Amino acid sequence: MVAPNFDITKLSDGSIKMVFSGEWRLSQTPPSAEKIVQSLEIDSISPSAVTPSVIVVSVDNLGAWDSSLIAVLYSIVTQCAAKNIETDYSALPIGLKGLLKLATAVPRREDSPEAHKESWIARVGIATLGAFEATRSVAHFIGEISIAFARLLKGKTQLRRNDFLEILLQAGPSALSIVTLISVLVGLILAYIGAIQLQQFGAQIYVANLVGLAMTREMAGIMAGIILAGRTGAAFAAHLGTMQVNEEIDALLTFGISPVEFLVLPRMLAVILMIPLLCLYAMIAGIIGGIIVSVGALGISLPLYYDQTVNSIELTDVWVGVGKSIVFGALVALCGCYHGMRCGRSASAVGQATTAAVVSGIVCVVVADAVFAVLCDIVGI
Amino acid sequence: MSVAIRVEDLTMAYGDITAGARVIQSGLTFDIQEGDIFVIMGGSGCGKSTLLRHLVGLLTPAHGKIFYGDVNLGDADFEKRTVIMRSFGVLYQKGALWSSRTLKENIALPLETYTSLSADTISDLVAAKLALVGLAGFEEYYPSEISGGMQKRAALARAMALDPKILFFDEPSAGLDPVSSQRLDELILELRDSLGATIVIVTHELPSIFAIGTNSVFLDPETKTMIAQGDPNELLKSCKNPKVQQFLRRGDLSTKI
Repeated sequence: MVAPNFDITKLSDGSIKMVFSGEWRLSQTPPSAEKIVQSLEIDSISPSAVTPSVIVVSVDNLGAWDSSLIAVLYSIVTQCAAKNIETDYSALPIGLKGLLKLATAVPRREDSPEAHKESWIARVGIATLGAFEATRSVAHFIGEISIAFARLLKGKTQLRRNDFLEILLQAGPSALSIVTLISVLVGLILAYIGAIQLQQFGAQIYVANLVGLAMTREMAGIMAGIILAGRTGAAFAAHLGTMQVNEEIDALLTFGISPVEFLVLPRMLAVILMIPLLCLYAMIAGIIGGIIVSVGALGISLPLYYDQTVNSIELTDVWVGVGKSIVFGALVALCGCYHGMRCGRSASAVGQATTAAVVSGIVCVVVADAVFAVLCDIVGI
Repeated sequence: MSVAIRVEDLTMAYGDITAGARVIQSGLTFDIQEGDIFVIMGGSGCGKSTLLRHLVGLLTPAHGKIFYGDVNLGDADFEKRTVIMRSFGVLYQKGALWSSRTLKENIALPLETYTSLSADTISDLVAAKLALVGLAGFEEYYPSEISGGMQKRAALARAMALDPKILFFDEPSAGLDPVSSQRLDELILELRDSLGATIVIVTHELPSIFAIGTNSVFLDPETKTMIAQGDPNELLKSCKNPKVQQFLRRGDLSTKI
């Protein structure tokens, strides 16, 4: 097997002769096109100074060859053409000549996106404009949902029963097992942390207050919101995003069917209806987690724990928790549907939309909870 | 014969046209007559499918107007726009069947949305539409359970659900075997003749173009505008533009017709 080789000769008439020999195969690690082009020193050739400004390419004892040789020749031909230096490759074997002719038949597109390299100032500007555009887009989407909801109330549109029940099932009952697991464990963790501190004062019984209040006012809603963001919000984004990729949403539009009324509204309503129930369920599950620790490990009797819990929780606490969860649910569904509906038209765009839906859903839940904490403090509930 | 769609000085672009947008095509002006089988042709990447998406209202023109009767689709309010769009049937390149619904549910959805027909009548209609595209008995199948070609035919049955006045086809023969492709051509002719539908097709399948096309527009990706218009068979005989001739003769300019 003869190693790939090339020879460059500068002729007296100013032209350059390139001769390729040996076996040019990818498995032979042939010299790179860049290296060969560099050794030609194209930049030093001035078309006006060299007459004739021609590079003659030929072969001598050329063995087997593959696309590695084509890549080199293509690179030479195009780079010379850019410098107005003529390349004569008529002496090449027919196969090579044909492929090279084919490769150079259609001129290279110069306005492709990677050709534009923006400065960092431009990139900051584009990002800022993008942020404004995103805000406007979210506002527009919320407006569309509001109009769709108003049309539903006026009876101008209706939810399709089977679709709605299917989404209700996905958003609610199907999430029960994971909500149970997470909520019981959160209750358990709260009880253990509380017990360690409260035992120092002999006040273990107040574990019931801690777990009860924390679960009803905060943790049940947050946990339900986060679980829905990871489960249902992601499912919404992936489903709607895939529909976008497959032109299924376009198909709805061209039938004059509003995708917001047909796809988004039932999803929003299903989550808003289901999350308060999941939240109430999570409160009970969390308190059960507290009972397991208190009765099992701290030796507190069940009736005592029950009395302490009932006395420490007011109905307002439950309403605050449930009310917050409805807002969390609306935000999670909004994030899921928004990112799904605004998804690009590629497989990777569906992945990005799903990630964005989960991340923005969780962020929205936590930020909204912080806002509620401040509001509740101001209102005094 | 009256004009079904009038396109006036249409410019299609990605991005804001005042801020250096990428123009796809500009200066497009043509009429599509009622009963036409109008072919949008041109090389890959010239903006054929983009033009179709503008015609069906999925994209907004950067400049120019698209009239349906007296109504400019771009200016129409929600109600008018919905009425116009209800008169469409669109067959998308990949079929675009609603994947979580059976074929029956796919075809029944527009009928349930826009008519007050009984469930039995809708079932009969669905069975008839599926039979028309050679898919009798496939009602309970999901799109993922049938082949790509079958999906396309089922999508055509859905596009015909409401007996549309205008049918748009985006690369209808892509992915179909030659026999199915010819059958589709026959079906398109039948739809035009029996239902009086106007057909707009994006394609570069030469046999289909010559077999069924009655009018056409040729888009050029380099000059970014239309360079020929008329009956494809006439264009083949008399159009002087080498790009059009090259396209219609499959790149072989030496072919004598």
